[in-house]
Amino acid sequence: MMNSEASIIVTAPGEEREHPDTVDIQAFGFWIYLMSDLILFATLFATFGVLGRNYAGGPTGKDLFDLSYTLGETLFLLFSSAIYGLAMVAVIRGRKNWVLLGLAIAFLLGAGFVAMEVHEFYGLVAAGHGPEVSAFLSSFFTLVGTHGTHVTFGLLWMAVMMVQVALKGLTSPVQSRLLRLSMFWHFLDIVWIAIFSIVYLTGVLHV
Amino acid sequence: MSKGPLASTGAAGGTIATCLTGLVLALILTAIPFALVMSGALPLVATLWAIGGAGMVQIAVHVHFFLHVDSSSEARWNLVAILYTLFIMALFVGGSLWIMYDLHWRMM
Repeated sequence: MMNSEASIIVTAPGEEREHPDTVDIQAFGFWIYLMSDLILFATLFATFGVLGRNYAGGPTGKDLFDLSYTLGETLFLLFSSAIYGLAMVAVIRGRKNWVLLGLAIAFLLGAGFVAMEVHEFYGLVAAGHGPEVSAFLSSFFTLVGTHGTHVTFGLLWMAVMMVQVALKGLTSPVQSRLLRLSMFWHFLDIVWIAIFSIVYLTGVLHV
Repeated sequence: MSKGPLASTGAAGGTIATCLTGLVLALILTAIPFALVMSGALPLVATLWAIGGAGMVQIAVHVHFFLHVDSSSEARWNLVAILYTLFIMALFVGGSLWIMYDLHWRMM
């Protein structure tokens, strides 16, 4: 009667008994969360698509958006995503110091993106172009702000992971968390591609 | 080179070469639509098509080179999940635009 289930029951408490596919299973579960998050963003894009040209006599995208500023934000987030990818290569090779360096650079670049976005939002509200002005600005602040909030929580997660890598080293659970954060971080960069294409680039064109 | 727990995971299958290839392609695909809109080199409709085309190709580049999702057996279910999500997204976005613009013209 010594089958595998019985052997799990007799394992001592606290003993490491991780399923061999744990990392894959956790990564797939996180992927399903990302897909649900993608549907959340789809609803916000649909809202922006319907309301994005209703200016209510207020300013248009052409009046408000500075494309070179948006390009700067885009480059911050893209380089952050690519550097995080290099940090994951260092994770697989077990190079702890390179992982920490990569995470630190990715964090600073991501923080640069959030700082630019906060500065942009502050400037818009201070100039009287807040979300209450028109349906265009309401849907703009909701869509872009939701993405920015995600990036901010990703930065928080990245800070926690830097501490964990420094204190615990590249243990199996730490590697698994770093993998899921990499999925989150690349996912947010992909959502930003849709935002700069649909909101900013299309927004300054006279359609 | 130690074999960590990520060694067998499809989603972690990146190398320095794939990261840098993805970065260069993404930079080119970002530069094209920004340059077209900022210079106004093309007529409006062509510019819109270029923005949409470059954006979709860049998303595919990110999914392939950064997220490593493809039709290999490790990532098969990730691919199935994202295809289903894209179908739902098309219903949401396409359906909303269709209904609301139709309503808009009826109310004119």
